[in-house]
Amino acid sequence: MALADPTRRAILARLASGEASVTELAEPFAMTQPAISKHLKVLERAGLISRSHDAQRRPRRLEAKPLAEAAEWLENYRQYWEAAYQRLDDLLEELKIAKRKKRR
Amino acid sequence: MSTATLEVTTPSDREIALIRVFNAPRKLVFDCFTKCELLKRWGLGPRAWALTECKVDLRVGGAWRFVTTKNTGETMTMYGVFREVAAPERLVQTERFEQPWYPGEGLNTSTFLEEGGKTTMTIRCLYDSKETRDTVLKSGMEGGASVAYDRLAELLPAFAAEMETAK
Repeated sequence: MALADPTRRAILARLASGEASVTELAEPFAMTQPAISKHLKVLERAGLISRSHDAQRRPRRLEAKPLAEAAEWLENYRQYWEAAYQRLDDLLEELKIAKRKKRR
Repeated sequence: MSTATLEVTTPSDREIALIRVFNAPRKLVFDCFTKCELLKRWGLGPRAWALTECKVDLRVGGAWRFVTTKNTGETMTMYGVFREVAAPERLVQTERFEQPWYPGEGLNTSTFLEEGGKTTMTIRCLYDSKETRDTVLKSGMEGGASVAYDRLAELLPAFAAEMETAK
């Protein structure tokens, strides 16, 4: 996933504070511009960033909506399963108590 | 009350990983995932769903099949085959739904690691494509596992209402 890579997450974090050119985005990383461009392509394909119209700098900017949606799916999915596992927690407690009683 | 919470990540384009710590030895946790009499007690899902039919042939090549029934009467059937069985450490199994809501087959790899009487469970679910993986992730809200809504409504009324209006 586009968000799985730490460099890409750092790029998104940087863009959260405003548009930036490829050169500016590459600065904090020990990476070549082509390497950064690859990461930007992944983020662009995922719809998480876009290019502004300033033809010369072609700064990238954050696309907030898909990013928020992706986070929301993940959180809903997480809550669904967390609810299931909370039921399992209860069962495990019962089983542990039953075991202890047996031992006595 | 347990304070453990589930961590969900996407380690690759085609995977979802679930990581959860249970306050119990792994033998017990493993049994809760593989023995029908225990599976039925926690239902393998949120409270609105019950595991009404269960078959687990726990050996390589053995089949498993679960029918879950919602309190509204709606049922969901899933099934698959065990590819690896190393109790109580590791399980690899395929997953399909009788009314498929995602294409192809899922492959779930579960590991159970015990430390100091606690068990860390990791389930990695691998799908045919990124699109399928995303469909499954989105199912937290809709699709075959529309289930989530009920539980959400139970847990977080405000949040559920908010999502309903956003639809």
